[in-house]
Amino acid sequence: MAKLNVNGKVRDFAVEGDTPLLWALREQLGLTGTKYGCGIAVCGACTVHINGVPTRSCVRPVSTVKASDKIVTIEGLSPDGSHPVQKAWAQLDVPQCGYCQSGMVMAAAALLKAKPSPSDADIDQAMTNICRCGTYNRIRAAIKVVAQGGDTKSAALSIHHTDGSTT
Amino acid sequence: MIATNKISVSRRGFLAVGASAGLVVGFHIPFAGDASAQTAVIPEINAWVVVRPDDTVVIRIARSEMGQGTLTGLAQLVAEELECNWAKVTTEYPTPGQNLARNRAWGNFSTGGSRGIRESHDYVRKGGATARMMLVQAAADDWKVPAAECRAANSVITHAPSGRTTTYGKVAAEAARLTPPAQVTLKDPKDWKLVGKRLARLDTIEKVTGKQIYGADLTMPGMLNAAIKDCPVFGGKVKSFNAAAIEKRPGIKKVLRVGDSAVAVVADTWWRAKTALDALSIEWDNGPNVVNSSASVAQMLKAGLDATDAVVGNQNGDAKTALAAAVRRIEAVYSYPHQNHATMEPMNATARWTPERCEVWTPTQNGEAALAAAAEAAGLPPAKCEVYKIHLGGGYGRRGAVHDWVRQAVDIAKQMPGIPVKLLWSREEDMLHGRYHPVTQCKLQAGLDAQGNITALHMRISGQSILAGVFPQNIRNGLDPVQFQGLNAEGPEASIGYSFPNLLIDHAMRNPSVPPGFWRGVNLNQNAIYLESFLDEIASATQQDPLALRRKLMVSHPKHLAVLNAVAERVKWDVPPPDVGGQKVYRGLAQTMGFGSYVAACAEVSVSNDGLLKIHRIVAATDPGYAVNPQQIEAQVEGSFAYGLSAALFGECTQKDGRMEQDNFNTYPVVQMLHMPAVETVIVASGGFWGGVGEPTIAVAAPAVLNAIFAATGKRIRDLPLKNQSLKRA
Repeated sequence: MAKLNVNGKVRDFAVEGDTPLLWALREQLGLTGTKYGCGIAVCGACTVHINGVPTRSCVRPVSTVKASDKIVTIEGLSPDGSHPVQKAWAQLDVPQCGYCQSGMVMAAAALLKAKPSPSDADIDQAMTNICRCGTYNRIRAAIKVVAQGGDTKSAALSIHHTDGSTT
Repeated sequence: MIATNKISVSRRGFLAVGASAGLVVGFHIPFAGDASAQTAVIPEINAWVVVRPDDTVVIRIARSEMGQGTLTGLAQLVAEELECNWAKVTTEYPTPGQNLARNRAWGNFSTGGSRGIRESHDYVRKGGATARMMLVQAAADDWKVPAAECRAANSVITHAPSGRTTTYGKVAAEAARLTPPAQVTLKDPKDWKLVGKRLARLDTIEKVTGKQIYGADLTMPGMLNAAIKDCPVFGGKVKSFNAAAIEKRPGIKKVLRVGDSAVAVVADTWWRAKTALDALSIEWDNGPNVVNSSASVAQMLKAGLDATDAVVGNQNGDAKTALAAAVRRIEAVYSYPHQNHATMEPMNATARWTPERCEVWTPTQNGEAALAAAAEAAGLPPAKCEVYKIHLGGGYGRRGAVHDWVRQAVDIAKQMPGIPVKLLWSREEDMLHGRYHPVTQCKLQAGLDAQGNITALHMRISGQSILAGVFPQNIRNGLDPVQFQGLNAEGPEASIGYSFPNLLIDHAMRNPSVPPGFWRGVNLNQNAIYLESFLDEIASATQQDPLALRRKLMVSHPKHLAVLNAVAERVKWDVPPPDVGGQKVYRGLAQTMGFGSYVAACAEVSVSNDGLLKIHRIVAATDPGYAVNPQQIEAQVEGSFAYGLSAALFGECTQKDGRMEQDNFNTYPVVQMLHMPAVETVIVASGGFWGGVGEPTIAVAAPAVLNAIFAATGKRIRDLPLKNQSLKRA
């Protein structure tokens, strides 16, 4: 049995201790927002927060995560997509296929918590996740939008949303 | 009516199609005879449009959404003619089985070749216009007034003379009973209100909250999980494996052979299946291809550069004679390697087989091809099979033509009747069993006169044909027409943008054992590198400005020239770029045409003394004729550079002992945030035609950068990827 604190809830489940956290989240807890991309901690699609630290869950054995460690997945970042990073992502229409975006959002949220006004070099260094569709430039712009308190002007994108707003 | 419909995928996840208004059933996965299908049914207006009583408009989308935004763009086209309230639009996929049963009411499902909009704009708009006319007619009938006196806008129908109004939702049931009009007139583009607008995508929220369900995420009651290993040597077979060694591991349900070349482990969880499979020793019969390597392939292609068995793709004049007579000749040989699509979501499919029926849930770029593959593997007629399309975690051509993973999933399910089994490839499996970007070499020879004018050009392409590997029935007299993308004489698809007095472009087909596939951008990728780099070589050799030389050759190709000029104007080609960080910045140009659109790019790079390349900015222009959603075109252009630069900088799958050497992102690196240049997109929508946007720009990424590198260093890179090349100054 393993005991994990995920998105504010303590969950008990049966799993081999060497199972990566990613697969425990996806297969034991049904939290499929965290994705499998490479299994070797290179692509970042599996990024979650453990005590606020962005962690590639595909190589992190469940046995090394304590019950007191606070795990946050994309499902727990906000109840309704209202985290500033998620809002900026939506305002700039960042995702294309979207498969990497849970990891991207989690990595960006951790970066912005550590550095509320990251430089381009900070972004390059922290955002090493892989996106094959090529959303990098909108990701960079969205991170800057968050750093500027949600002001989307710097992105200069002009996107019309169905609620009548324009980014 | 689609009363028998089980599911479709919308931006909200799974919906019961035709169910009563607002009945979102979350992540419900239906099975045959599912009780939820008994819910109240809303009639469709036509194949493309369902209107619910609350005025929600469901627009059916036949093409697959894989990030390119086609779901939104196609919905815009339908909604434009439908005159509905965009804020109440939602989308769903019809299934390939329904398409089959309804005499292909939705046309082609294939989502490749940047075809989503350009191939279906006419009939989807007619679908919207027809539905609007039926809704208006229903209101007019109700009011007993001529339909010509009624107008529709924003899902509201108004009878101007009396001032009466009603909404689409109120008349939808009546409209559904009417006979569709025989004649529909589409709007003049100048009257478009939604098409051409920078609308937000319809599928964004789910993707930033983790709620979007991909094929890899599917779960259903009683489902088991499968991991698979196919013989790593192409064409090899399974000789033996010791199932007993892993059968006792926790959760393992079955160890089985899949076809004659693969072994799968089925378990309660995928992780248990995968780790058990890793622990299984499998003896392979590698077959004859084990002797193949990248070096042997290169040798075979090299021989094709001067072979006599070439087929002609484009010619005018007499290039060989003119070359022989030229005052000066320039020659160069280029090459392009195998590359994997490397979609972020590895291949996967969930299948459930019984002797009576086979169902497959899978991310696919072509639902109909997936259905055909499933039916064949199931040993059942297509009418007894169904494919449910699930949102794709990347496609780029891998999930379109060959549904090898679907066949495997059905083969596994067939060995476990009645049980849904989800087959998910590991990244390693995905890398070792791709349908790779074809490998080619190209010898280019130019003849010049005394003034440095080009009198003749011969391009000899030697190498792999995609069609020969994927659709051999489409090879005509040894000719693969797709081979000459961007080099064709004329036509709306992929024509060359230059005129030469004497031209010969031919292809010596050389097919190695590595299976080829349509890889985003397809053959335009290498063809543009070859021609655009070589033109730069000629410009340099004749001391001409690369832009001026191109302009001279492009006089008869105004649309090609217009996008090149748009780029030159935006970068101010005549003004040298400012230094960045103390480094001098150099420019390179490229242009091409493919997938019905004209594209050009200018890359600005610097190369340090140590040979470190930095791509600072790319300015790109694209003319897709009509620009349906400019902000998504910009997203596709940016994405094309990420994909194209990944190929140029890092993309290479090398073969050793008959198998690929790269098996994950550590050995197959791709562009990350730190490599990505700023991209400025200039949309030159000249109107009058419909071109694709997902692919063409990829082809100009590499040559623009290669030409800029030459400007910076004097080094002409003729073999990709760049990671194998030193840019250090001599």
